[in-house]
Amino acid sequence: MSSVQTSSGVETGLTALAVSLRGVTKTYDNGVLALGPLDLAVRKGEFISLLGPSGCGKSTALRLIAELSAPSSGIVGLARQEDKAQPGLVQPGLVQLGHGIGFVFQEPTLMPWTSVRENVRLPLKLAGVPKAESRARADEALASVGLADFADAFPRELSGGMKMRVSLARALVTDPDILLMDEPFAALDEITRFRLNNDLLALWRRLGKTVIFVTHSVFESVYLSQRVVVMTARPGRIQADIRIETVEPRGEEFRTSVAYSDYCRKVSAALAPSYAGQSTL
Amino acid sequence: MNAQASVTAKPSGAKRALRFVLPVIVFAAGLLAWELVVRIKDIPPYVLPAPSVIFLTLIKDWAVLSQSLAATLLTTLEGFVAASIGGIALALLFNQSKWVEASLFPYAVVLQVTPVIAIAPLLLIYLEQQTAVVVCAFIVAFFPVLSNTTLGLNSVDRNLAGLFQLYGASPQQTLRFLKLPAALPYILGGLRIAGGLSLIGAVVAEIAAGTAGAGSGLAYRIAESGYRLNIPRMFAALLLLSLAGIVIYGVLALVSHLVLRRWHESALGKDN
Repeated sequence: MSSVQTSSGVETGLTALAVSLRGVTKTYDNGVLALGPLDLAVRKGEFISLLGPSGCGKSTALRLIAELSAPSSGIVGLARQEDKAQPGLVQPGLVQLGHGIGFVFQEPTLMPWTSVRENVRLPLKLAGVPKAESRARADEALASVGLADFADAFPRELSGGMKMRVSLARALVTDPDILLMDEPFAALDEITRFRLNNDLLALWRRLGKTVIFVTHSVFESVYLSQRVVVMTARPGRIQADIRIETVEPRGEEFRTSVAYSDYCRKVSAALAPSYAGQSTL
Repeated sequence: MNAQASVTAKPSGAKRALRFVLPVIVFAAGLLAWELVVRIKDIPPYVLPAPSVIFLTLIKDWAVLSQSLAATLLTTLEGFVAASIGGIALALLFNQSKWVEASLFPYAVVLQVTPVIAIAPLLLIYLEQQTAVVVCAFIVAFFPVLSNTTLGLNSVDRNLAGLFQLYGASPQQTLRFLKLPAALPYILGGLRIAGGLSLIGAVVAEIAAGTAGAGSGLAYRIAESGYRLNIPRMFAALLLLSLAGIVIYGVLALVSHLVLRRWHESALGKDN
């Protein structure tokens, strides 16, 4: 077992897993095996990327972890919030939601008919948090993604990058332990994407959340994550599990370093068989 | 720079004014030609009344006509409200259960495609006259509300639905905070059509009821004036009906615009 570095000084080991998948498969109604069997363990506070060709079941895996769909076989284990002591977005003692998951979809997925604040407030409103408190927490979450001034704007008045930030704020507003992100920046231009990558890393360092980030970009996965999990073509299995070790905190200098391009080459090489397999079909 | 801005702004302002002024000019010219033809050819008012005569009749008969207008508008409003509530409620019911939808939807279609003018005489036999007229307005107006609301409720963004599921929203919360707002533009579109249709339904029923006796709506006035060869009053009543239709549409379009203006594409400017 490799040495583990922790962000909050909590004892790590098998007990400190945030997510564990054991022998998980997913078969669609039409009989197609989409995923697995998949074994994956994600430690608390870890930032991992799931990387693979399109249609390999990355998003399906994420939906299984979020309990948006049920696995056909296997076990999806989630750590519930029992030891919640890290300095979070909001003070401890506030209303906690039943499940500590925040989900950021591929599209911003905002309700166009209401303001940015109301969009961010939605998870709290659904959980019955009093209005004054939920508004305050929504404003706080918006401030953490740099959109404090846009609380009263409507989604259509924002740029693509800003909408994605709103979506991120909404995922953070419940103070979840686990943040699931499904190719969140895929539709953005490169400059916006790089900025959001840096902002996401800063947020992750500050909040200490477990992040599972689905992407099809080798460069993005290496830049962001501590571990890149490379998946095969359908049915998605784990092809390689590559640890990215570099000087933290990462910044733009990492993006241009030799180590970065070495990792990118290594990850690309691990990814190549997945695509080769696909092309012979 | 200012001059340039005003130069570019001017044609668009002038264009907008023209769009408004041109139909009015056409209307005025038509009235003028009509008036001239009637006067020069000396056509008697029971064949074709001049616009001036129609206008005078409108003033002279205002007591009778305004009462009829009120009666028709009340029928229209009752039919419209019943159609709105019924259409939306039934669509919500359809949305809860595919089986309810499958069993009832064909009958909604039958109700829609059967010409109301053919149903009206039957309704008049079984129902009290005022009720029958309202029911006619309801039958004509309710289908667009039903089908538009159903379409709207089925057009909810899948990811948003997933989000509500993720945060454990109850069915009531999902309906109130997701489905109804998402369906609102469709519902308002349905209501806009229903407003005009309920007027048509009311008029059709009044005309059918006209022969049966004690009607007092505008359509009844038209039928009655026809029997009496009071052609100017027919035209005056027709004019009022037409104006009522325009006002109903205008009000509903305005409501729709005000409700949707901050977020929906349909209510935003073309160049936005």
